[in-house]
Amino acid sequence: MSVTQPPAESSKSWTLRVRERAVAALPPEKLLADKQPTYVASWIYVFGVLSLTSLAVIILTGSILTLKGPGWWHFTGIGHFFNSMHLWSVELFFFFMVIHLWGKYWMAAWRGGRKRVWITGAVTFLVAVPCALTGYVSQQNFDAQWISTQAKDAMNSVGIGAFFNLLNFGQMYSYHVLLLPVAVVALVVIHVLLVRKHGVVPPFRISERMAAFQSRPASPADADLSSSHEVAS
Amino acid sequence: MTWKERRAAARREDASYENWSGGYRPYDLVKEASIAFGVILALTVVLAILFSSPDEKPTTVKSWARTDPVDFVTTATTELDGSSGTGGYGPPYNHAADGQHIGPIRLQKWFGVSHPVDTAQDFVLAPLRSIPGDPTLQNAVSTYQNASASQQSAWTTAYEKALGNASATASGAISLKSGNYGPLNVMMPRLLSFAQSGGLDGQLLTSKQFYQTDYTKPLLFIADGGLLANRADAEHLSGDQWGMMNETGSYPGQVWLWLYTFWYQIKPFTSSWAANADIAVMAVMGVLSLLFVCIPFLPVINRIPRWIPVYRLIWRQHYRTASS
Repeated sequence: MSVTQPPAESSKSWTLRVRERAVAALPPEKLLADKQPTYVASWIYVFGVLSLTSLAVIILTGSILTLKGPGWWHFTGIGHFFNSMHLWSVELFFFFMVIHLWGKYWMAAWRGGRKRVWITGAVTFLVAVPCALTGYVSQQNFDAQWISTQAKDAMNSVGIGAFFNLLNFGQMYSYHVLLLPVAVVALVVIHVLLVRKHGVVPPFRISERMAAFQSRPASPADADLSSSHEVAS
Repeated sequence: MTWKERRAAARREDASYENWSGGYRPYDLVKEASIAFGVILALTVVLAILFSSPDEKPTTVKSWARTDPVDFVTTATTELDGSSGTGGYGPPYNHAADGQHIGPIRLQKWFGVSHPVDTAQDFVLAPLRSIPGDPTLQNAVSTYQNASASQQSAWTTAYEKALGNASATASGAISLKSGNYGPLNVMMPRLLSFAQSGGLDGQLLTSKQFYQTDYTKPLLFIADGGLLANRADAEHLSGDQWGMMNETGSYPGQVWLWLYTFWYQIKPFTSSWAANADIAVMAVMGVLSLLFVCIPFLPVINRIPRWIPVYRLIWRQHYRTASS
């Protein structure tokens, strides 16, 4: 059997172009890196992955609550337990995300062409706020009644209430279980891909000696890793 | 150095941080993520077991009418004459007012009445019309509807004044001194009985279709009364108690809304801007949110991390290694 050469037209293939650009921007060794710069050695770096895993638990518990319907957790112990997990994972998500954002601010993590990384992270936080709010007003209890009747005034004052009615349970539930979570997850995916593409922002150079240090591999082993990384990027 | 040279130098410096050409060490991304997921899952389970989650029963029109019949009838009378909170709200519920504004910017008015609510018709007259087998009541409703606006106002004003000194009887009815209340003497006690039986809860949700998920009307009606606010006050949820960012009980609530809620606690949002506080707070938060997203481009804000060297703490190991 002979191997046929790809036709010349394949260079115009949209699929091929997308694949080539995707692989060029994010080669597998960058997407799922098995090495990291030596300066990534602080507890502050943990809060990014903690935010991500909290989001994963939110989606997991939220999916279970969605499978059983919005009323389930009010009259079953197991339903209430999953609702409690959902609540606490949301609290953890915001807690970790705020620390992550502060950490990135003090690192000036937008340096070196990483402005989009900051922007997607900040927008994720802003979109997560109404995502949580729609959850609070979808609870079908006193909290939902009070929060929705209070928050409606702010929404109405700027016209948002005309198409985003906090008193309409059906609409809020749809926003909470589909539209806003999809937006948050999409933003997080873009954010993480940008982090993988650009890498974690290097430290400030505080002296010429530091500049020299940061521009050379620390050891022969590191040199190998470094050079393979540069080839990959 | 000129401004252009400084800008070019800043760009060169920024570009120098694009790639890291120093050392690397082995790292297991999947392992770290898996361990983190396990830890967070376990932490969430522990928190759920220890602290559970709040679930206070909602206030219904039935429970409101039974708990505080005088407040219910007072609120219903203000719905009838349009003097309630919802009756005078404006968009998106009615045209009774223009709503809030900042100078010439009247977004509430411009977006119009998208969820029309006629408080007299939706909360009082239509529910009373739905009660079958009561010709006395239907005659009273017809009398009210056929009366002139000034006559209707005279009846409701007198009735509201009398309700100020009214009391609830042991049976849950209301007792008020006699006066010229016209058909309201029949209408309002019947509406109270209807609400106490649970009929009004269903009636307020009734629409053109069988299934219903929109609670706009019953929530607006209940929120116009005092019971919901009293419950909220007891649960430290009122506006001057940092409002809706709190949650019933001792739960943390939506603490991430602290900055939004903060403005409602201070002047001028509580004084000269009070009438337009919501749009003013939304405007301030909109600007702050935009600035937050644009931090990398803000001249002074994006330099602060260089001036206050928190980074020395974050990368202390790196700097220690470099200096040795």
